Amino acid sequence: MSEIREKVDVCVVGAGHAGCEAALACARLGLETVIFTVSVDSIALMPCNPNVGGTSKGHLVREIDALGGEMGKNIDKTFIQSKMLNKSKGPAVHSLRAQADKADYSRAMRKVLENQEHLTIKQAEVCELIWETFDSFSESDCIATKKITGVKTFTGAVYECKAVILCTGTYLKARCLCGEAITYTGPNGLQAANHLTDSLLDLGIEIQRFKTGTPARMDGNTIDYSKMEEQFGDERVVPFSFSTNPEDVQIDQASCWLTYTNEKTHEIIRANLDRSPIYAGIIEGTGPRYCPSIEDKVVKFADKERHQVFIEPEGLHTNEMYVGGMSSSLPEDVQLAMYRTVPGLENCKIVRNAYAIEYDCINPRQLYPTLEFKDVKGLFSGGQFNGSSGYEEAAAQGLIAGMNAALTIFGKETIVLDRSQAYIGVLIDDLVTKDNLEPYRMMTSRAEYRLLLRQDNADLRLRKIGYEIGLVPKEVYEATVRKKQLIDEEIERLKNTVIGAAKENQEFLISHGSAALKTAATLAELMCRPELSYEILSEIDLNRKLLPDDVIEQVEIEVKYEGYIERQYRQVEQYKKMEKKRIPADLDYHDISSLRLEARQKLIAYKPVSVGQASRISGVSPADISVLLVYLEHYNMHNK
Amino acid sequence: MKTDTIAAIATAISESGIGIIRVSGEDAVIIADKIYRNSKHKKSLLKYDSHTIHYGFIVEEDETIVDEVMISVMMAPRSYTTENTVEINCHGGILMMRKILELILKAGARIAEPGEFTKRAFLNGRIDLSKAEAVMDIIQAKNEFALQSSVKQLEGSVSNKIKNLRQEILYEIAFIESALDDPEHISLEGYHDRLTVKANHIINELGKLLDSADNGKILKEGICTVIVGKPNAGKSSLLNLLIGEEKAIVTDIAGTTRDALEEFINLDGITLNIFDTAGIRNTDDQVEKIGVERARRISSDADLILYVVDASTQFDESDEDIIRMIQDKKSIILLNKSDLDEVVDEKFILDKIKKISNRDNVYRIIKTSAKEDKGIEMLTDSIKEMFFHGSISYNDEIYITNMRHKEEIRDAKESMLQVVNSLEMDMPEDFYSIDLMSAYSSLGMIIGEEVGDDLVNEIFSKFCMGK
Repeated sequence: MSEIREKVDVCVVGAGHAGCEAALACARLGLETVIFTVSVDSIALMPCNPNVGGTSKGHLVREIDALGGEMGKNIDKTFIQSKMLNKSKGPAVHSLRAQADKADYSRAMRKVLENQEHLTIKQAEVCELIWETFDSFSESDCIATKKITGVKTFTGAVYECKAVILCTGTYLKARCLCGEAITYTGPNGLQAANHLTDSLLDLGIEIQRFKTGTPARMDGNTIDYSKMEEQFGDERVVPFSFSTNPEDVQIDQASCWLTYTNEKTHEIIRANLDRSPIYAGIIEGTGPRYCPSIEDKVVKFADKERHQVFIEPEGLHTNEMYVGGMSSSLPEDVQLAMYRTVPGLENCKIVRNAYAIEYDCINPRQLYPTLEFKDVKGLFSGGQFNGSSGYEEAAAQGLIAGMNAALTIFGKETIVLDRSQAYIGVLIDDLVTKDNLEPYRMMTSRAEYRLLLRQDNADLRLRKIGYEIGLVPKEVYEATVRKKQLIDEEIERLKNTVIGAAKENQEFLISHGSAALKTAATLAELMCRPELSYEILSEIDLNRKLLPDDVIEQVEIEVKYEGYIERQYRQVEQYKKMEKKRIPADLDYHDISSLRLEARQKLIAYKPVSVGQASRISGVSPADISVLLVYLEHYNMHNK
Repeated sequence: MKTDTIAAIATAISESGIGIIRVSGEDAVIIADKIYRNSKHKKSLLKYDSHTIHYGFIVEEDETIVDEVMISVMMAPRSYTTENTVEINCHGGILMMRKILELILKAGARIAEPGEFTKRAFLNGRIDLSKAEAVMDIIQAKNEFALQSSVKQLEGSVSNKIKNLRQEILYEIAFIESALDDPEHISLEGYHDRLTVKANHIINELGKLLDSADNGKILKEGICTVIVGKPNAGKSSLLNLLIGEEKAIVTDIAGTTRDALEEFINLDGITLNIFDTAGIRNTDDQVEKIGVERARRISSDADLILYVVDASTQFDESDEDIIRMIQDKKSIILLNKSDLDEVVDEKFILDKIKKISNRDNVYRIIKTSAKEDKGIEMLTDSIKEMFFHGSISYNDEIYITNMRHKEEIRDAKESMLQVVNSLEMDMPEDFYSIDLMSAYSSLGMIIGEEVGDDLVNEIFSKFCMGK
């Protein structure tokens, strides 16, 4: 019997949000790429909440878009409601969130994949990685002793390749729990991938087990919306993608609904806790604190009388409604009783039960910030497989893993975004540097330079990188350069336009509740007053050019918050100093006897690429960093 | 914003001789110039040639003269660290050196980390590469010491205060962050006013801490001196004589001092941080037992032990116990109650010590009578002698630690003032949460706690978030 044997450049395992971005990046850069999925019908599936974006996740989507990824464009095509969250708060925490038509989202992404040159979709379960070992490697900066050469599917087909990107999501040895009922399937009843874990263990990769969960889906016809508050989208929708024409997203939007749990709900939950697999100890995996099940909420926040429940449409072509805020792994009968206590859900019928899912993933400290495995050359990974949670987190990693796999194949320098450049940088640095004991979710509080990492300026921050790699077309990049130029010119003009203390100016100021001028001031200085804005000042700013909205937005933010932004830039400078100090991959920490034992063990385990990264590992003290700096100096002199 | 110019006291801290404060870094000269005036109050330090030394004065912000100094300027690269360096030779004395260092820090330098001058000298190629090992050891050793002394020296009440303030700040940050991360579940309505009250309260508390820092109450500086002895040997009477007032309760009932009492005394400029302890004996009294345990613990950290022996009573097991306890400590033995019939004399004690421990750290044996004020002068002279001969000393690191703590508290206060400022300006929440975070981490430096995942943990434990 002769088996299928093919030769390609890149194999991507899994076609979820990470896999799609990874595969598209490689194919778009001209590499022959195969993307494997257990079911072609589940490409870019959204097995949990029906939305894209949200606080800090919206930032990720914007950044993905600026770098040339697909998620932003795809949600712009398929959203049914959109909101800018935190609009009343500072610009750094404004965040877009859209409700997706799940089926449309999946189909639209599938179409993009299908029409992408150099990309092949293959429905097959990858069961085995193929690799070779080598004794010594010519590049001194490489500690890997193994090299990936291909993958093998369940049917025995072999695909030889130069790089593999693992984006297996929640499918590895997955099991779903609904009370006492356990099924050995992936999300949504899809087939689990039960073989690959063993191959990974053979390769020496450390595996851990995480869990997550999802609420029930209701038949919309059985819900009484009159007992709920209607939630509308924004009047003027802002697109996710910087390339989407804002006029194209002004659509008729669907509504979501808000209702609440009550004491009755909580009573039912408390009375049945012993039947919850988590509280009964059946679940081994660690779940995310950010997405607590309703059981968790009731137990941990016992004093709260009610919890919010958001009823959200799964799409326009279905009646199914997602019950946000009430994920659970309680048995079916308890679920129904509990949901039916919620106003508006008294007569509800459950289409799909809520469930918890457990799956294998890796400890991401085995990865470089490029998302390549330290010990296996050519093996990359992204998404929930890396211990994260969320569609956006997955897509961001997929994109970076894809880019770096391609850059490595081309022999070019890889891309690592740092913590001062992007939320994506924070995300990946946290994953590869910190002890992650639960599925990692992006949060704005994790970004220390967030005044600089706004969703509104992702294009200004990252377009250039996307362009240089080859994922952003020239004309798109040039548009960003022009935008930047307009912003700079306008800020310059505002700083140099002096407003005198003439009578009409004083009257203008007083009429807007602002103090009269003692001496002349520039327009920029006036803009810093809380009660004034760029728009208000138009009255006394006579030589103003007509500028696009996105330019004005940037001008306003940069002028109004200049002092704060300056301060962050100075902090970034300090931070970058340590990031620039590279640590050779073959550095032997056993040689550095002055390091404290704990620090030495941690450094050996994490193998940080820079002194900056080393300083963020818990258990490594500032004194250890000083010691490391001295040692590196010594080392570099000796190895010159 | 602080530059990366560092400063520290370069000489051992003692009461005698000249003290040197070293400033190193790009802005060393500019910073020193802010507090230096030459005799004619004219020429700027910036105009002096490299490697010259000048007479002049250090002044406060309001131009009052602090000290008469010699100041030397060494421009890069010809200095120990190869950076621009200024050395201020002042008249020594802890208070003076501290004052000048503080002025330098206020002028924009930051206090050097343990071993940082050496580290810089090495990194800038000034120290031979073969010494790398030694340099690393110095850094780690100095740091370990600083950490230990920091934790050890921080007064319990101060460290609790800082912990509580940090907790309050963290709660506010977590609240803001959870509202930013989950606006649909957590609302910030009316929060501005609440935070303004809270921030002002915290600023107030930090101000109080700063004030007490000036009185040396944050860190127990000075020579840690512990008075030990059997119950009713006269320890408390001795302490009272030394401090010149009746602090310890003196009775003739054995076991009156049940806990360790602590006092600062100043012997002609040498600060003693002096502990009176509960008498050491086997006891069944629970409260007294705790006191005895504490006495043992404090003794193990002592720089100097004053062992009070009741010369009028028989030497017993408890005395032997004490000798074992203090065998590797510098000590002075006081034969108290020498006005009564002497049962124990000098020779007897020395023989006993020789028998029980092989080490001899006894500096002197002095006959005292606390009742008749006899021998006290000899005791104070002996302590001074020990200090000037270097057999006991202040701990530089402890002193530096104190300075560092003060800096951190000041930074935290600055950050909190910035919060209030932003609140007044009606800035959005995410702007001042950054300053709250800086205040939080500044205070964390004092008690040696990293920021780490505190915030994320606080968010999840205090606020119910998520879908």
